[in-house]
Amino acid sequence: MRYVDEFRDPELITKAAEEIRRLAEPERHYRIMEVCGGHTHAIYRFGLKDILPDNIELIHGPGCPVCVLPMGRIDDGLDIARKNDVIFAAFGDMMRVPGAHGSPFEHKARGTDVRIVYSPADALQIARRNPDRHVIFFAIGFETTAPSTALTLMRAKREDIHNFSVFCNHVTIVPAIRAILDSPDMRLDGFIGPGHVSTVIGCRPYEWIARAEGKPVVTSGFEPLDLLQSIVMLLRQLRAGEAKVENQYKRVVPWEGNRAALKAMAEVFELRPHFEWRGLGFISQSALRIRKEYAEWDSEQRFDVLETRVADPKAAQCGEVLKGVLKPAQCKLFGKECTPEHPIGALMVSSEGSCAAYYNYEYRKTASLVTEISSVA
Amino acid sequence: MAHGAGGKASRRLVEGLFAPLLCGNSREPLGDAARVEIDGIPMAMTADSFVVKPLRFPGGSIGELAVNGTMNDLAVAGARGHSMVVTFVLEEGLPSSVLEAEVRAMSSALRRSGVAMVGGDTKVVERGKADGMYITTAGIGRPLPYLRVDARSVRPGDKVLLSGPIGDHGITILLARGDLDLEADLRSDTRCVLPLVEALGQEAGPGVRWMRDPTRGGVATSLNELARDCGLGICLLEEEIPIRDAVRGACELLGLDPLHIANEGQFLAVIAPEYADIALNALNNTPGGEAACIIGEVRKEPANAVLVSTQYGGSRIVDMLAGDPLPRIC
Repeated sequence: MRYVDEFRDPELITKAAEEIRRLAEPERHYRIMEVCGGHTHAIYRFGLKDILPDNIELIHGPGCPVCVLPMGRIDDGLDIARKNDVIFAAFGDMMRVPGAHGSPFEHKARGTDVRIVYSPADALQIARRNPDRHVIFFAIGFETTAPSTALTLMRAKREDIHNFSVFCNHVTIVPAIRAILDSPDMRLDGFIGPGHVSTVIGCRPYEWIARAEGKPVVTSGFEPLDLLQSIVMLLRQLRAGEAKVENQYKRVVPWEGNRAALKAMAEVFELRPHFEWRGLGFISQSALRIRKEYAEWDSEQRFDVLETRVADPKAAQCGEVLKGVLKPAQCKLFGKECTPEHPIGALMVSSEGSCAAYYNYEYRKTASLVTEISSVA
Repeated sequence: MAHGAGGKASRRLVEGLFAPLLCGNSREPLGDAARVEIDGIPMAMTADSFVVKPLRFPGGSIGELAVNGTMNDLAVAGARGHSMVVTFVLEEGLPSSVLEAEVRAMSSALRRSGVAMVGGDTKVVERGKADGMYITTAGIGRPLPYLRVDARSVRPGDKVLLSGPIGDHGITILLARGDLDLEADLRSDTRCVLPLVEALGQEAGPGVRWMRDPTRGGVATSLNELARDCGLGICLLEEEIPIRDAVRGACELLGLDPLHIANEGQFLAVIAPEYADIALNALNNTPGGEAACIIGEVRKEPANAVLVSTQYGGSRIVDMLAGDPLPRIC
């Protein structure tokens, strides 16, 4: 398969791993953050830790959109759906995310009309086919998914479809990276930069990280060879005492980003003054809301929103894990109360969440663990 | 819904509620079919339900699936299907032409697998209640004399054999629903695997320790069940697992693992190492078994788990499916 097989070639992967060993100074410990949840998933999925030297530590970053969404937003979205008898459409990743009153799947079992869609355009299609019902698309994601939401809203307006609105939870990646770097307990040597987000925003928005913070950034693809090559590029910079932004994922990421996508986002969205991130708290100008020109298609402006605020379960240490301060297995609930089947923290829900990725692919390599099969859920 | 998806929740429902209350203190591991003896005559029995949407899909339909699925459950328990009964649950307003097409599909599947339909029942439910039709079956068969399969007989060093490429059925159904706007040249793999099982049994019978058809939950779920039943680790080599490009492509796009995708015409077998070559030859020389291959082996570690390794040295645990496979966002 093109674009896949050549990036999983065992010989090239072995060579890249050797190059990493050659470049990594044995007495030095490297802490590299992969910002993107897709990278976290790939690192575990391909077992890359098995082939990296011990002194290269990968820290999982905040780039999992499901993970950083505060619980109250899910409750608010589902509350609107329940009270107004609307169709609640969301990506598959969202379906098991617990709100304080249950996940979308649990609401579905209780009678709310919850549908899995693969793109916002599918949600709009549901609205076209059900002119008597209102359809809410529960939008999540970074700049990767925001353009498709924007284009869908532009289309709804153009086609005069009024039984459709978006509950917008789109966030932006750069403020989250800034929050991580501002965190006093965080020491990082460099970043594996987001892949998909960068296809939209390009590489320029990371230049301040290199310039002002002195940390190298390499925008990376998602195949094993992509990630290893990005680590090679980071190590070369670190060895040479440099800090710059480099683009490993050139086959997909244009340095200047995607102008058409950025234009669509600017047409539909504006920055929120502040937005709550699960684990990171309120971050100013870190999320998008729908402009007043599109108010009619904004669920938050159309319906009453409870503005629920739900504190994370006390024992769960999602925030520390999300910032990379704790490893997933160091959380007190990991693998005990909190599992992918019964997630307490959001990091256990999405397959891109570092806890779920670690639990699914890595955990039992060392711990011989059998899930208790003693009671019915 | 997760309780019906064939993964962890399904198993917990069976082991936590159904088996203890309905099957008493039986310590037999849960298999695809149960062995019973009536007046000293050994028999195998199974029951199955089919709730697929859409009813017809490239390569098959619900009626054909119902016959093949029932026969396969018996086959991988080491038995040749003898006769079966069927219950149709029909949705009010189902066009009679649709029903007739499914009955015809069942009839040809029965002829192909050499099994007799000996009875049945029909229920009609209100419109909107049954997605067109549901089919429930029960099958009974005679154990093949040269096969005795039991997860507890599996030993470290045994080889894991797979009858052919995986994921065809699940991905075909996913695409046939039409929600994805994806097209691929792909057909369901639904078929009766009995001829393959018989060939395997005749050539390598004493070496066959365990068999399973990896339907819902896919290869990963079947092998995790085996790992837990035998307390050993199942180690697979990723490059050895046969997967068509169309299935791989769809899985890459949707963020699914082919090991979690349903099959309807494949089976897994664990073979004693000294019989591995004979077993593989037996399958490769039987029509429909040309693509059979050895995909891994049983080891002591990681106990109770399935580990997939790659040629370049990376490895990962593959768990049972938790709920239905959900496509990832990005």
